[in-house]
Amino acid sequence: MRLRAYLLPLALLGLLAALPLLPLDAPRLLPGPLDSPGTLQLLALCLAFAGVALSYDLLFGFTGLLSFGHALYFALGVYLPAIALTRWGWGLPAALALLAAVALAVPLALGAVSLRVRGIAFAMVTLAFAQAGNVIVQTNPGGLTGGEEGIVLEVDPLPDALVGVVNTRNLYWLALAYAAAVFLVARVAVGSSAGHVWRAIRENERRVEVLGLRPYPYKLLAFVLAGFLAAWGGFVWLLLVGVTPEVTTATFTLTLLVMVVLGGAGTRFGALLGGFLYTLLDYRLRALSGEERIHELPDVVRVPLSEPLFLLGALFVAVVFFVPGGLASVPARARLLLRRRAAGEAAS
Amino acid sequence: MTAAPALAVSGLHVHLGESHVLQGVSLAAAQGRVTALLGRNGVGKTTTLRALLGLVPRTRGTVEIAGEDVTRLPTHQIVRRGVGYVPEDRDVFAGLTVEENLRLAERRGGRARYELVYDLFPELEKRRSQKAGTLSGGQQQMLAIGRALLNENELLLVDEPTKGLAPLLVSEVAAALERAAGMATILLVEQNLGVVQRVAQDVVVLDGGRVVHEGPARELLGDRERVHELLGVHGARRR
Amino acid sequence: MSTFVLLTVTGLGLGAMYFLVASGLSLIYGLMGVLNFAHGAFITLGAYAAWWSTTKVAASYEVELALATAFGLAAGAALGALVELVFIRPLYRRPVEQVLVTVGLALALGALVFGVFGADPKLFELPDWVVDTTSVLGASIPNDRFLEIGAAALVLGGLVALLRLTRIGLVIRAGVENRAMVQALGIDVGRAFTFVFALGGALAALAGVLSGVYYGSVDPARGTSLLIFAFIVVVIGGFGSIGGSAVAAVSVGLVQQYANYYAADWLDWSGAGDVAVMLLLAGVLLLRPEGFAPKVAH
Repeated sequence: MRLRAYLLPLALLGLLAALPLLPLDAPRLLPGPLDSPGTLQLLALCLAFAGVALSYDLLFGFTGLLSFGHALYFALGVYLPAIALTRWGWGLPAALALLAAVALAVPLALGAVSLRVRGIAFAMVTLAFAQAGNVIVQTNPGGLTGGEEGIVLEVDPLPDALVGVVNTRNLYWLALAYAAAVFLVARVAVGSSAGHVWRAIRENERRVEVLGLRPYPYKLLAFVLAGFLAAWGGFVWLLLVGVTPEVTTATFTLTLLVMVVLGGAGTRFGALLGGFLYTLLDYRLRALSGEERIHELPDVVRVPLSEPLFLLGALFVAVVFFVPGGLASVPARARLLLRRRAAGEAAS
Repeated sequence: MTAAPALAVSGLHVHLGESHVLQGVSLAAAQGRVTALLGRNGVGKTTTLRALLGLVPRTRGTVEIAGEDVTRLPTHQIVRRGVGYVPEDRDVFAGLTVEENLRLAERRGGRARYELVYDLFPELEKRRSQKAGTLSGGQQQMLAIGRALLNENELLLVDEPTKGLAPLLVSEVAAALERAAGMATILLVEQNLGVVQRVAQDVVVLDGGRVVHEGPARELLGDRERVHELLGVHGARRR
Repeated sequence: MSTFVLLTVTGLGLGAMYFLVASGLSLIYGLMGVLNFAHGAFITLGAYAAWWSTTKVAASYEVELALATAFGLAAGAALGALVELVFIRPLYRRPVEQVLVTVGLALALGALVFGVFGADPKLFELPDWVVDTTSVLGASIPNDRFLEIGAAALVLGGLVALLRLTRIGLVIRAGVENRAMVQALGIDVGRAFTFVFALGGALAALAGVLSGVYYGSVDPARGTSLLIFAFIVVVIGGFGSIGGSAVAAVSVGLVQQYANYYAADWLDWSGAGDVAVMLLLAGVLLLRPEGFAPKVAH
């Protein structure tokens, strides 16, 4: 049993690591052969969001904290290194050290404040802080953030292996390493004694208090850990895509929520799967909407089909209605259904 | 005429979270009589009333009112069949005035018996435009009972109406229940065995989510040992 | 002095729109416990419906504006009722899923508007007197501000009268306190749910139309940006409280305007107004975390 528990993740990791070496083709699903830069970049994004979604799930799924401000920490990882490298001319190690420090300090400070309230009030305070971050980025104080245009990243301080289309494969492996690291950290954290308290808080915070534990430090720990992990996802995004202010918006946080619920909140594989699939669908649907065949359709069909966010929003509503546990719950549901059917046959 | 019981419950199961609170409760309240639902704290008396009304989801079982199956109806339609409910913690609307609380209970097509309510509880008439949240506990209880009596209900579900009241008020509430008993069938959850003895003819005792005793009130209350065994309290006179 | 007057009236005008959005959100949350993210779509759709109707009618600008407002309100109310009946009602007793569904609807409807009308702002054609200014205490105030403030004041009066004087108002006030007990009195509380959603949709649409008047145009992002401030107003003002929403809306509008002007001056930064509002929210919540708890509609 113990071996099997490790076998599956390891096999998956091995398979994903080998992907860039395989000249396989999956038309429709992917933009090109597996080893082409376009496909690898998309898959790298999917992996990065799998990790970010899991970091959000630590808050939402495992601890029951509905935050609407997770985009802020992701955006820290996008903007801070970009500013340090481009505007201040720092080297990469210094920029990353700064990110590590700030990605701990900011969620610690804001979490300490917002966790003084609960439920909807907590959601609103996190939303307000993230929105303040959005305003700061959009208004370009001191010419630092570049406002609407974002920042054109200075690539000189980066190692050559991470720059240029030919090295997309390395970025893919970096994204995979990130997702794997988040998975590992999440696994250790959820299995730790703090992880047990998180789930107890999710089920019933009052009962945790009755047991004589203060939920506050545990919630703060989840908040800081989730924020810290998300920030590194932001850094991976920075290398893959660059700097755009859309990563600071409330809509971006909402998409993280959608990913987690789609895959299955409170499950590690569910969140990873949700982040991966959502990103893949988002990009592939966007490509689909540009196709000739879509343009020839009548407006009533064409317009909804050419808006990926419409389709994803609709899919999300359908999952909430019909698959309450998310995609991760499908195998268990199927098993249950089969068992019931078998039991029914045995009875008759 | 052998009328169907005013209320008949059979095989009622309720799960709240992970706990199986009601495990097949079956009971009947005979037309025109007062049936007391007794049991220790936490055996599911309040849940039984709430489940009858559809306020908590039922896993299994049926509920019939005057011979009609109402199991699948939503709460408000069950209530419109002539059910008055006096909840455990009074649950009057604190931000509404006494009169607004009563007006809310009015039903279309029915006659609102304000004269009866104000006759039973003159205190309420005096405080008509006072916010219910500023009433004393006893006054709130009167309002909660008055609200259930405003309509010509056939069946009253009354949950611990004397809880936390001073002895004088307990007696006033008991008198009101006696008068209500002349107008409707009552299912009464009550810890005060003195009140039970005064108003109830039948008793049903719950334990562990099941019915463990049914019978005439006088028979059970007269048997102090049985009362102690079923309810963990001494006979009526000891209170 | 004249600047201060202009800022104050403009702040009140913004506050008026926040109030229109927040009052519906607040009633919906107070009565049903649903934080309605789709409210932003009600705003945007109401504004676009109004704009669309002006392209179909040729009349004087005044008549067009009146017709467009009526049409926008009707569209908002219909959308609100539809969302409640189709998406919220089947998820009764699953509050988290209800919020998630409104999130999905917000994304999907927002994308749909974007797809149908495009990213470019649509211009609102306005009567001259709306665009003209009136001199108040030495300040030239654009007349549309009075339109927004007047509409919000009318709505405030109407809502208070509705809650105080009508049967449905009584049911809503009682339901905000304890909706299970309302049902136990034989009242179909589901009808009140649909009603507040339709009412909230209409008020959000009105805010959308007025924002079109205020900015002179409407764009797909309008709903989201108004919604965030409306959320803040609801939290500061107290869920389910109309009076609280009104006071909070005015405070938020004024703080935003004053900070934007005075702080921007010496910080040389245009984001000061919005950030000041976020800080106001954080401050209010932290000083009185229970401050928004009283769930009584007044």
